[in-house]
Amino acid sequence: MTAAPVLSIRGLTVAFGTRKRPTPIVNGVDLDLVPGRIQGLAGESGSGKTVTAMSVLGLLPRTAQLGGSVRLGETELLGLRRRDLSRIRGRRIAMVFQDPSASLHPQLTIGHQLTDHVRTHLGLSRTEARQRAVDLLERVHVPDPADALGRYPHQFSGGQRQRIAIAIALACEPEVVLADEPTTALDVTVQAGILHLLRDLALERQLAVLLVTHDLGVMSAIADDVAVMRHGTIVERGPREQIFTRPEHPYTRELLTALPESDFTDERARTALAERDSADDPEVGP
Amino acid sequence: MAAPTKRRYPAGSPLAGYLLRRLGTSVLLLLGVTLVTFILTNMVPGDPIAAALGEGASQNPVTVAAYVERHGLDQPLPVQYLTYLTNLVQGDLGTSLTTGRPVTEDLATAIPASFEVAIWSIIVSLCVGTALGTIAAYRRGQVSDQVVRVVSLIGLSVPTFWMALVSFHVFFLQLRIAPGSGRLSPMLTPPPTVTGMYTIDALLDGDLEVFADAAAHLVLPVLVLSLFTIGLLTRFVRTAVLEVLSADYVRAARAKGLSGPRVVFDYVLRGASLPILTIVGVAFGALLSGTVLVEAVFAWPGLGTYAYNSATALDLPGVMGVGLVVGVIYLVINFAVDLLYGVLDPRVRLA
Repeated sequence: MTAAPVLSIRGLTVAFGTRKRPTPIVNGVDLDLVPGRIQGLAGESGSGKTVTAMSVLGLLPRTAQLGGSVRLGETELLGLRRRDLSRIRGRRIAMVFQDPSASLHPQLTIGHQLTDHVRTHLGLSRTEARQRAVDLLERVHVPDPADALGRYPHQFSGGQRQRIAIAIALACEPEVVLADEPTTALDVTVQAGILHLLRDLALERQLAVLLVTHDLGVMSAIADDVAVMRHGTIVERGPREQIFTRPEHPYTRELLTALPESDFTDERARTALAERDSADDPEVGP
Repeated sequence: MAAPTKRRYPAGSPLAGYLLRRLGTSVLLLLGVTLVTFILTNMVPGDPIAAALGEGASQNPVTVAAYVERHGLDQPLPVQYLTYLTNLVQGDLGTSLTTGRPVTEDLATAIPASFEVAIWSIIVSLCVGTALGTIAAYRRGQVSDQVVRVVSLIGLSVPTFWMALVSFHVFFLQLRIAPGSGRLSPMLTPPPTVTGMYTIDALLDGDLEVFADAAAHLVLPVLVLSLFTIGLLTRFVRTAVLEVLSADYVRAARAKGLSGPRVVFDYVLRGASLPILTIVGVAFGALLSGTVLVEAVFAWPGLGTYAYNSATALDLPGVMGVGLVVGVIYLVINFAVDLLYGVLDPRVRLA
């Protein structure tokens, strides 16, 4: 079997609204994230998948009422003091957001955004942090990394921005990466490159990845395990092959047949994997 | 490795071109300002000749004719305007009828006096307004938000001149903790003029006593003038920060584990800086040019007082001088604000 989970979510519930009349969004979700594996979390919008990811890092608005348990190793994250939580955010659990043109600050250089949390968390000097940033940008295939540090987000393409966002997430060598629809806002032509990168990084750095997406094509391309969520609960889970070839729950079947063609998954998966082998991606270069 | 990359404007020429264009427009606008002030001052009812010569002399047709000829008042208006422009270019704004000194000299002491109050007011307002607005935005809907909103509304709605009268009465006449009117106590001599701002000139002169006295005289006018601007800025900052708080990059900054203050200063306020800068520019212009009543209460010899004195005395050179200065103030501030946009936002720099 696989290694022990590094992050365990048990019976997670999230509700919004007033205390007297809360509106439940997530009802008892269990998930285990294992080093080196990508756990997919699928579902239509409003199913509670993004809220699940956000609640791990306590990024939900104050009005959210959380229940259950989220354990990182020995640490219970729910109800953790803000100060302790901020030592975990970005350092042990990092996040990649949907739209890199919104998640990168337009008025701060790439270098600033790649190093500020590294210096806070790891106490590196300016030069050490810069060196680390250059290495990371090189690893995620951003061209001319040293020069890129002095530039601003709008000077990069969408795909490159998401590579930069991934570099930011990896900068403190976290154990867990939460990726919330990391390719949804991107051009179809660069999606495969980003997925390929995530896949490789997960293996190479033994990251436990939670991949939240509504796109089953993305899911079939890189997720090791898949959980399908609906109305705040997980209706079906299992290894990728099982979910895509022998779905049991009617909702999963519905999702699969709603796709453009019946053999869609195999084809999309193959295309994505084929593209990953053909160079890094078409958008490298300014 | 990792050669330090500097922030920079893109290759010299676009910026230089932009500056030149802006300078060109500014000159045109300035010309417009002179034209408007000239026409407006010539339209005012009343007899400036009588005002200038006084009751007795203006009864004597010979004196009046001599005066008219000497000042070219018999010429057609366009010619008078050209004469005015020619003199203006040579730095001659005419002689004030109220002070009997060249208008440029009067303005050279009035502008720094107003500037000294305005600059401190804008600094105080910016600090307090940003702090209050940010707190209110962070605590949206909570009690502290409501309190801040009510207070800023009060700051906006209380008439500034009334506030000036009340504070002068309370802090000077009753409590005697504020120094009296003017810029300096009567027994002190003003520091040698360098900038015209007493606090700075006193420091340059190394005279701490004069500095302390000048600073003490600044406190009340600055606070009174800041009140409105604080109210204004608080509201704008609150709105701007609220908008930024819902941005993904703020959530991303929190997800990186940055501390609260780091998120506020590096990410949130930077994101809100452009709208804040815009309103600061407008407020600063208003502080410099529109403080007639407050200056009157504190007997502050600034632009407002000068404008009031020349207007009531039908001192046309003085009035035109003030009009021109106010126009220039707004032009300069707008120009500075535009340049600062480029400093604050790299996307503007390239556009």
